[in-house]
This record gives sequence, C-alpha cells and structure tokens, in this order.
Amino acid sequence: MAELTLKKNTEKKASTISLHRKPRWGETIIQGLLFFSGFFSIFITLGIVYELGKEAFLFFQMPGVDLLATITTTEWKPHVNKFGIWPLLTSTMMTTLIAMAIAIPLGMSVAIYLSEYASPRVRNTLKPILEVLAGIPTIVYGYFALTFMTPLLREIFGRDVVQIYNTGSAGLVMGILILPLITSMTEDSLSAVPRSLREAAYGVGGTKLEVALQIVVPAALSGIAAAIIVGISRAIGETMIVAVAAGAGPNFTFSPFVGAETITGHIVRISGGDLSYDSIDYNSIFALGLFLFLITLTLNIISQAIVRRFREVYE
Amino acid sequence: MKEKAIVQGFANNLDGRNRKGAVWHVLFQASTIVGIIALIALLFNVIDSAFGYVAYEARVDPDTLSVDGTPVEDQSKEQLVALVQSTLSSGAYNKLENEKSFALRSREEVYQLIVERIIRPKVVQVWKLWPSLTQADEIRATVTQDYPGAELDFVSWLTTDFVTRPQTSEPLTAGVRTAILGSLWTILFTILLAFPIGVGAAIYLEEYASENWFSRIIQTNINNLAGVPSIVYGILGLAIFVRALEAFTSGKIFGIVNLTSANGRTVLSAGLTLGLLVLPIIIINAQEAIRAVPRSLRNASYGVGATKWQTVWSHVLPTALPGILTGTILAISRAIGETAPLIVVGASTAISFDPSSPFSKFTTLPIQIYQWTSRPQDEFRSLAAASILVLLVLLLSLNASAVLLRNRFSRRF
Repeated sequence: MAELTLKKNTEKKASTISLHRKPRWGETIIQGLLFFSGFFSIFITLGIVYELGKEAFLFFQMPGVDLLATITTTEWKPHVNKFGIWPLLTSTMMTTLIAMAIAIPLGMSVAIYLSEYASPRVRNTLKPILEVLAGIPTIVYGYFALTFMTPLLREIFGRDVVQIYNTGSAGLVMGILILPLITSMTEDSLSAVPRSLREAAYGVGGTKLEVALQIVVPAALSGIAAAIIVGISRAIGETMIVAVAAGAGPNFTFSPFVGAETITGHIVRISGGDLSYDSIDYNSIFALGLFLFLITLTLNIISQAIVRRFREVYE
Repeated sequence: MKEKAIVQGFANNLDGRNRKGAVWHVLFQASTIVGIIALIALLFNVIDSAFGYVAYEARVDPDTLSVDGTPVEDQSKEQLVALVQSTLSSGAYNKLENEKSFALRSREEVYQLIVERIIRPKVVQVWKLWPSLTQADEIRATVTQDYPGAELDFVSWLTTDFVTRPQTSEPLTAGVRTAILGSLWTILFTILLAFPIGVGAAIYLEEYASENWFSRIIQTNINNLAGVPSIVYGILGLAIFVRALEAFTSGKIFGIVNLTSANGRTVLSAGLTLGLLVLPIIIINAQEAIRAVPRSLRNASYGVGATKWQTVWSHVLPTALPGILTGTILAISRAIGETAPLIVVGASTAISFDPSSPFSKFTTLPIQIYQWTSRPQDEFRSLAAASILVLLVLLLSLNASAVLLRNRFSRRF
C-alpha cells in the first residue's frame, strides 16, 4: 500500500517537472544592473565626446574665432580675440620633449638594470621606491619644480637667463614624474622575455651587456615602444607641474628658460576664477580639452596597437 | 687555420667587450641612483621648508596690553576676557561669544585668541631647516640688526594645531582642517559612485559578458579612459555636474537653499567628478582580482546547484574581495592627490568654514597646497610644505593599509 502511494507520488512529480528554464527575476534584475555598470564607461566616453565637442563647436561659431586662424597663427590672446594655438602647443611640446629626454634614457636604464643586472634583494628594495615615486601626487612635483629645480637652474645658468617660471624646470621634473611609469612598463616587458633566449645568447658567448641590449631589448621592443608612447601621452596631459612652474601667459618661444603656458596650464588658469557660462573663455577650455583628449586617445590607441601587432610570442 | 683565426679574433676582442659591458653596467646603476637621488631631493626639499626659524613682529606690542605691571601672558582668564571685550568691537565680541561662550573657554584658548586677534604677529622673514641648523648665529645677528622689534622662534610648521585649525589668511595661525574635511567629504562621494559601478562592471565583464565585439568595445573603452588626462575629466565634470545637473548638485531639487553652495561647485560635484576619474582604475583592478579566482571554485558551486549570481556573490566575490579592496584603496589614493580636475570643477580659493553637507563649497588638501605654493611669500611656501607632509602621510598610510590587506587576506590557489 505504502509502496503504491510512493510510486504514485513519484509518477506525479515526474509528470510536472518542466524542462523549461525557471524564470529567476532576481537574477535577471541583477544581470541588468551589472550590464548597466559595464555600459556606464561607454556613457563617460560619449559624455566627453558630446560635451567637449558641443562646446568646442560653439567656440568656433563665436565671432572672431576661426579654425584656420587657430591652427595657423601664433598669438593666443583671448581678450583681443586672437586664438592661435601655436604658443600653447609649442610649450606643451617643449615640456614633453624635455621630460621624455630625461625619462626615456633614465627609465630604460633603470628597467634594464632592475631586470637584467640587479640581484633579487636589490630589486625588492628598489621597486617599492619606484612605486613611492609613482604614488606622489603631481602637485607635490609642482612644488618641487618651483622651489627646488627652478632655483637650481637659476644657480647654474644665471639669474638673468632663467626666469622664475620656465618650461625647463617643469619639463625636468615631469621627466622624474614619468620615469617610474616608463621603468615599470619596460621592466614588465623585459621580464616577460623567456629565460631560454638569454641562455642561448650566453651559450654562444655573449657578454651580459650584449645579451641585454641585443637579445632581450629587441625581443621586448613592442612593450618598450608602448611604454614610451604612454609616457608621451601622460606628459602632454600633465597639468599641475606646468600650472605651478611653467608660467602663466601664452608665449611663443623655444627657449626652455622663459615662462610659457601649456595647454593644460592655460585651462587651469582660465578656470581658476568663477568662469561664466557661454563666455569665450568657457568655450575655449572645451576646445582645448577636446584637442587634448583626441591627442592622448590617439597615442593610447597607437600604443595598444603596437603591443597587439608587434608582440613577439614565445611559448 | 681559418677557424683558429676566428677564435683568435674573438679572444682579442674580449677585453674590449668586457670593458664596454662594465661601463654600461655603471651607467645603468648610475641611472638608478639618479632616480633615488630625485626622490631624496624631493623629500628633503619638503622637509627643509616645513621647519625652521621664523622672525615675526607683533602688530600690537604686547607690552601695551599689560595691566598693573602684569604682562599679558601672566594675566588671569578674567583679565584676558576683559581685554578682549575692551579691544574688539562689540560685534566681533558677540560673534566670538556665539561661537563658543567665553565662560566655557579655557584660559589658554582665550590667550590664543588674543594672540590671533589683538597682537597679530606678522612674519617678516622665514628660514629653511638647513640654514636654521647650520647658521643659527648668523640668523640671530641678522634679526637683531634688520628687525630690532622682531622675535625669532624655531617653528615647526607641521603641528597638531596645524592639522586641527581652519584656514586663515595669517600664516602663523593657518591650518588645514577645512581642507582635510573637504578631501574626506569629496572622497566619500567618489567611493559611493565609483565602487559599486566599478565592481559591477568588473563582474559583468569577467562573469557575464560573452566574448564578442560588444564586450571588446567596452574593454577597449575602459583601457582608453584610464589614459585620458585628469583635466579632461575636470572639464567633463564642469559641463555635467556643475552646469547641467546644477539643480541636483547644489541641492535645489531637495529643497535645500544653501547660500554657501556656489552654483553647483560643491563637494558633491567634486566627488562625482573624481568618481568618473577613478572608475576605469577600479574596474581594471577588480577585473584582475576576479580573474585570479580559480575556475574550479565556480564549477564546484554550479555543481551543487547554485545559480550564477549565487556563485558570484557567495564564492567569487568573497575570494576576490581583498584584491578588489586593494585596488580600490590605490584608486582612492590617486583621487585624494588629484588637483587639476577640482580646480576646473571650481574649488573655492579661500574658505575658512568646514564643509557641512554635500552641497557645501569645497577646498581639498591638494588645492590648498596649490594655492599656498602659488603665493610668492616664503611663509606660504612653508605652509605648503607642511600640508604636503600631511598629504604624504595620509597617502602613505592608505597605501600601507592596501599592502597589509593584500598580504593578510590574499589566498593563493
């Protein structure tokens, strides 16, 4: 009797089991929220492109502003409606160039030293030091540029040659700022080169230097190139060092000893006060911001493409 | 024969090659040392300015304040209160009385008040730490010669008072409490925005998204956003949070009419802007932490019948949590040090009252450093150096807690 009931029950159960997926509304809602979070970053990019694009467009619609004049003339004087981007661009290039002249050779040397020469003990002490350098806020570097590097330059080259604000000291300190970035990216790609390659090179009689420079560095070249490009993009977008130390006022010059405002420095100075909406200054910082965004975006995309395209893959 | 010549040539060259190797070795080592020297110079430069001799003159000679031959520093509290009452205007006195009743103030507090409001010392010259230690006698001689009325004191610009006092325009009594509170308020909203969305996005990309063009676009986009200059986020924040969402960020839609909220240039706008800035960093770090959770853990969970979300919530997230938190702390320390976007969003230049709501005007520690650094007088540079030390200590303790967290809770599979 009991057996029969049991059998009946199981039969009944089996007949109601559905092979369809049970709808789980909680899971669906959560999945929707997660999808929204994932999609949120797209909104940020769209927001940047839309807002900056819109205001930059309005900027070029303003009377007296003209795209052709902006990219061909060499005077940026908002109060008399002169918007030639070159003075801002040359000082941005100056600081970037000086920074990279410091950061590329030093950064690569440090990376090669850490990955090829240093003993594990030395490496374990030096890497945290580099991380500390990388974690210091840029305003502190700005303070360092103004109160240490500038007096030092004025001491070396003469007070009448070097102005209080100059692109040279900003560029040098920016080089120190970017050094840990280049070092850590380069070091990562150097240590990704397999041991066997080095051992083969030692086997045919290479010295340590030859192995490092002729075998390991070429094998890691895509990573090193990416590091350099990311460094350049970081230098172009760097703001506080130039805002503090490079000078306030656009200046079309190629001398590293005189003050000249960079793109980022100009944005900071203009927006320092209470900026009124829809004024020409307000719109101009969006145009400059869009320009910065496009340059750094292009550089970042190039660096990612280099890594993808030229990466040497070893098993 | 030919073979021997090659070996010969190889051996002949060996000394030269070794020498070249040694030279480059030294060069590589020297570069590393240059990097370390840069760090030491930076720290030394900050510490050098944060301590040292200060010569200051009183705007009101304390001798004129003595009563019956008792100098002002020895007077009783009642005498000091009477002095405050008789010297300051009744409006100023009542304001002080409203802030904190004189009956409740200690004698020390009243004396401090007299120094700040009546004697008002004025800095005439500042020396750095190194000359203060090595040329103390010359400094004393200079002061007695150039500023006969001035007093010379060895001052540590970084004191507990410096951390707890609000900002003022007087260098000797200025502090960074306003700025520290501003930083903390700002960071609160940064975390509220960036942490849930960042972790959510990481979970979506690692656990839910299938390998297709769409998730590749999101991934590439996140990587690119991480490389966008911070000032561009500032401009975005200005356009969206300060201008377009002004009713929200100034608290108008909540019916809060706050006269001090400057048209959306508020703590809330600043925090949300920094939230957008650190979001890609949090996502990338959280993704790495989630990716480190082994497949077998998930499969075991599915095997006992858990749903996808149950698996993620009860197994993947707890295992990845130390990594996620470490990454978040690092992102937050980046946000705390950011200056440029906040200037664009509209940090206030000089506010002495503490932020009290999301809709308050704000200043933060890096902004304060920027303002003091841009002033030409040495005493403000010293204040900037002292606030840099506060900022570095804050960041260092955050980073140390991140490292501890990683070492304490990280599990290897």
